[in-house]
Amino acid sequence: MKKTLIAVCALALGGMSLSACGSERDSAEDGSITMGFAQVGAESGWRTANTTSIQESAKEAGIDLKFSDAQQKQENQIKSIRSYIQQKVDVIAFSPVVETGWDAVLQEAKRAKIPVVLTDRAVDTEDTSLYVTFIGSDFVEEGEKAGQWLVDNADTSDVDKDGAINVVELQGTTGSAPAIDRKKGFENVISSESNIKITASQTGDFTRDGGKQVMEAFLQSNPKIDVVYAHNDDMGLGALEAIKAAGKKPGTDIKIITVDAVKDGMTALAAGEINFIVECSPLLGPQLMDVAEKVVAGEEVPERIVTEETTFTPEQAKEALPDRKY
Amino acid sequence: MPDPRTSGTGRTGRALAGRAFAHRLFWPLAALGALLVVNVIATPTFFNVRIQDGHLFGSLVDIVRNGAPVLLVAIGMTLVIATRGIDLSVGAVAAIAGAVACVYIVKSPASGAAGTAIVAITTALAVCVALGLWNGFLVSVIGIQPIIATLVLMVAGRGIAMLVTGGQITTVNNDTFAALASGYLLTLPVAALIALGVFAATQVVVRRTALGMLIESVGINPEASRLAGVRSRTIIWTVYVFAALCAGTAGLIIAANTHSVNANSLGLWIELDAILAVVIGGTSLAGGRFSLAGSLVGAMLIATLTRTIPNIGIPAEANYLFKALVVVMVCLLQSPKARAVLQRRGERPAGPPSPSSREEAVA
Repeated sequence: MKKTLIAVCALALGGMSLSACGSERDSAEDGSITMGFAQVGAESGWRTANTTSIQESAKEAGIDLKFSDAQQKQENQIKSIRSYIQQKVDVIAFSPVVETGWDAVLQEAKRAKIPVVLTDRAVDTEDTSLYVTFIGSDFVEEGEKAGQWLVDNADTSDVDKDGAINVVELQGTTGSAPAIDRKKGFENVISSESNIKITASQTGDFTRDGGKQVMEAFLQSNPKIDVVYAHNDDMGLGALEAIKAAGKKPGTDIKIITVDAVKDGMTALAAGEINFIVECSPLLGPQLMDVAEKVVAGEEVPERIVTEETTFTPEQAKEALPDRKY
Repeated sequence: MPDPRTSGTGRTGRALAGRAFAHRLFWPLAALGALLVVNVIATPTFFNVRIQDGHLFGSLVDIVRNGAPVLLVAIGMTLVIATRGIDLSVGAVAAIAGAVACVYIVKSPASGAAGTAIVAITTALAVCVALGLWNGFLVSVIGIQPIIATLVLMVAGRGIAMLVTGGQITTVNNDTFAALASGYLLTLPVAALIALGVFAATQVVVRRTALGMLIESVGINPEASRLAGVRSRTIIWTVYVFAALCAGTAGLIIAANTHSVNANSLGLWIELDAILAVVIGGTSLAGGRFSLAGSLVGAMLIATLTRTIPNIGIPAEANYLFKALVVVMVCLLQSPKARAVLQRRGERPAGPPSPSSREEAVA
């Protein structure tokens, strides 16, 4: 009895996988592209906007999108990439949760001759043939843009007029690519200016609560803060609260520079409580679909594609705010 | 060379010092004092407290205020641990409480009104009671091991919080709600007053009634206490509900602190901080005897440690190492066995380990 049952199940499963293969071949023949996308998760408004952008532009481009959410876990992402390999999709794209540990699964994709596109975050591997391209922001450049604004506005940024611009830095999660690169880019630019220096730097873990607590400590231990440079809007918003609680006026008594340009950050920028925001755009869907079409058609694509991004001053924020979706 | 313990101080002084050394809160308090001294050396103005906008303002005020959530969670955790349990879900419960309150306020037509905030807070705490009932049910009625039973909600809870907020960072503009964290009453921070109020009330209830003793008896031997007529099941169930309620209050304070809830990061790893606070305070993870005052010292030690890192300028990469070193040092100083080894090194006679030493070494 048991044996028959198992046999029936096995047959049924076999039939299902056969039919699955069949339908896959059909879709490849009619010319439409199937893309498997393994998203990090839904960690923030930024990420949600990223997901929406990818889903909408896939629909517009007529690409069949298979989407999975890894809930911030690498093993989930590896699992979904493996399932995309089994389903024989035409192209795999993903935002790696962490930088390392991808070689094995990317080898499998390479053997199955499925091109891989990285979005938004890079992987750390010796073998760059494991992926065709990496679409995403240049975090070093973002740091440089932030630093450049400070250099250009040095005369108004020396709030206490003591001739030295003291910057405190709120770093992102220690060891994450955006935290390392935004710090590096900022330092690249300000290192040539003798009057600008970073007097304190500490991680706020990319969160408002973290940014607020670290800023509270900085306000007590560094009385001469002129500028706060936060690696994302959320930490900047937290710092803003701490500055207010200390009886100072954010944006006036202490200047704030952040990176990201999410809606809450833009609102504070428009209100003049933040002075400058470097955009880190999540809207890379159209570029991703473009690359996917080229890769499947066998065309060459550059190894590194930088997302189109801008910067915002309070005036620009006021204009951009009504259309801001995230 | 004369033994410093026999010379000078005299017999009574020696006995007093001995008793102070033996007190289980001596080493955590010494560590707390040492940390404060380190901070004052780094920033001479560290102890300065001034009046700013009609309330107290200074590093010490920040520490007490920022330590409030961990203290609240640690109070609940102490009672759970005393019953031989553990509650890993407190961080997720905090996130759910923050999410429920913030989403309620945002969705409400009068999102700035005091009444809205009060309803939101009450709703969030009611949800926490339900979550605590669920944890307590799994542990006391179904009999699942506490670490597994609460792991369910630890993992699922963050998902629930994400579902409530739709995965978005939800920002609220409600002064009454914000006052939970950044408000002041009689120049003192409201968050700290809430945490200390819960601490005092819990202390009175467990020490002025038989409840504390009953909790300890359940922790030492649930079966024997049941046979002796103690309602173990009800007691265990109650402590999980209480722990969830404390965690929810902590979550509301964290959310109010930044006027926003981020379901991903709110209260992340707070369960570990709380367990650490309880352990530093000398309560054994094996259950039984517990000390709420110890947990208070533990929570303040953790809050001071968090503040010390940016204050003395430890580089971000070395944060965790610094924290770990301090914690290991406190735990070693607390362990009678480790102390005995250190004393033997100093060629002093070490007494045989006391019967309770094994239990404390586990902690």
